[in-house]
Amino acid sequence: MNAIQVEHLCKRFGTVTAVNDVSLTVREGETFGFLGPNGAGKTTTIRLLTGVLTPDAGSVRINGIDIHRHPLDAKMQMGVIPESSTVYGDLSAEQNLHLSAKMYGMPRAVREKRIDGILLQLGLNEKRRFLVRTFSKGMKQRVSIACAIIHLPRVLILDEPTSGLDVQSRRLVIETIHHMNEQGSTIFLTTHNIEEANTLCQTVCIINKGKIVAQDSPERLKKMFDTTQSVEVSFDRTVTRDLFAAEGILRAEPCGDKWRLYTDNPDWILKYLVGCAERESLGITSLTTSGPSLEEAFVHLTECA
Amino acid sequence: MMEVPLFLRGILVITGKNMRLYYTKPPVLMFGVLFPLFMFFAFFVGRHLDLTTFFPAFLAMMLFFTASSVGPLITPWEKREKTYERLLSYPVTQDSIILGDVTAGAIFGIGISLLVWIASALFIPVAVMNTGLFVLAFILGTLSCAALGVLLASPAADSPPNVMIFSNLIRFPLIFISGIFVPLVDMQGWGLALAYCSPLTYLVDLFNAAMSGKSAFSPFIDCGVLILVSAGFILAARVIQKRNMMKGM
Repeated sequence: MNAIQVEHLCKRFGTVTAVNDVSLTVREGETFGFLGPNGAGKTTTIRLLTGVLTPDAGSVRINGIDIHRHPLDAKMQMGVIPESSTVYGDLSAEQNLHLSAKMYGMPRAVREKRIDGILLQLGLNEKRRFLVRTFSKGMKQRVSIACAIIHLPRVLILDEPTSGLDVQSRRLVIETIHHMNEQGSTIFLTTHNIEEANTLCQTVCIINKGKIVAQDSPERLKKMFDTTQSVEVSFDRTVTRDLFAAEGILRAEPCGDKWRLYTDNPDWILKYLVGCAERESLGITSLTTSGPSLEEAFVHLTECA
Repeated sequence: MMEVPLFLRGILVITGKNMRLYYTKPPVLMFGVLFPLFMFFAFFVGRHLDLTTFFPAFLAMMLFFTASSVGPLITPWEKREKTYERLLSYPVTQDSIILGDVTAGAIFGIGISLLVWIASALFIPVAVMNTGLFVLAFILGTLSCAALGVLLASPAADSPPNVMIFSNLIRFPLIFISGIFVPLVDMQGWGLALAYCSPLTYLVDLFNAAMSGKSAFSPFIDCGVLILVSAGFILAARVIQKRNMMKGM
């Protein structure tokens, strides 16, 4: 059975079509990335998926249950982390979790044990009795995630869960997503961070102007486009752009203390750089090659559409 | 499918959440508790009125203000804090949210008004002639007033102060046309016609019937009107909130 099955979903706000005939399938146990530029229709799609909005046409099934015909049964299968950390600021972390657990009908004993575990797992145990409005953004987001996973949902839907977080909070969120996926939850994730989608997701879907423009594995999406490859190099001395004026180098861009060189032939460029270094008595401090990126595929798909 | 138990549990949990979060919010205390007390002092105290005669009307006013003060705050507050969206993603429907808000308002109204009644009974003779009718007046009164509060919060606004101002704009005129300060028997012409249009009139009349045995209408009419307006307010709130949901507000 598919965890999420969306068919011909449409949503209009006045004359604006926010979601236009969107169909997608998320397999059980999969981590599914939903990408798109600002205003592409990601959050509207998530609101339709979670029953917050009513569609003008189309259907959404969560583990086979139609969310608009049987909203309560379908929502029992889900945990949702909305775009901003929407938890009650006038309740403590623990009270927020109790409220969520009660919503899912967890018995008191199970609830308390699970809350203890989840507060420890997300590093919130010491501040469990503090009001959430006194928390930092990262901590609020952790409470928000804890509320969504309290009942070990079969489908976890996250709307930009790492947006605006510091490195530690971001890592904790990603670890939690991994952990939930290992426990068998299907993950549906929207993000602006292409690299995050590349490393986390088995399937990536790109939406632009309300329409799905591509859906495949990150590797296949990268190969869909005849993108150039790049080499990043840094030397022990400052060099000028003139050093890279060679036929095989399509473009050279300064990138911090490094240069990024775009090429069709990375093998040739490596030999060229080694030759340059010997000729100019330069020491190569770092040298890395990278293939076509998901970011380039994303930019190509969303700009051309 | 297990939708009905889930639906009822949703109402219960939302009611508990509302009671914990909103009963102590300043606008609720201000417009729900202090304001009717100030109105009482302004109109009844020091004017050599028979407090026993006017007590049913005062109790109805107290119940009206308390029960209708919670509802207008909840939805705009949750929309502003963006917790409304999260609430909708839980296993609840918009109907459970509306009924949870109405129940929280009704419990607040019953609690505060009962306290006022008990406290008043210590100082003035406030006899109850028909206990059953008195209980019914409390239940139907809080239900209809709480439903009115939720209806007033239904327009798509995420600013609690604006909604509170709007709700007071509706609530204040009602207390002047509903037989609270001027008994229904002393009204005539347009004043009486307006009084017939106010649901609060029937609550005042029901309290009069229960406490003094004197009423302008039959208690059956009073109860029928209060049941009908409660259902009407809840249905109207439902329609408006569903429409907002379709529009994404």
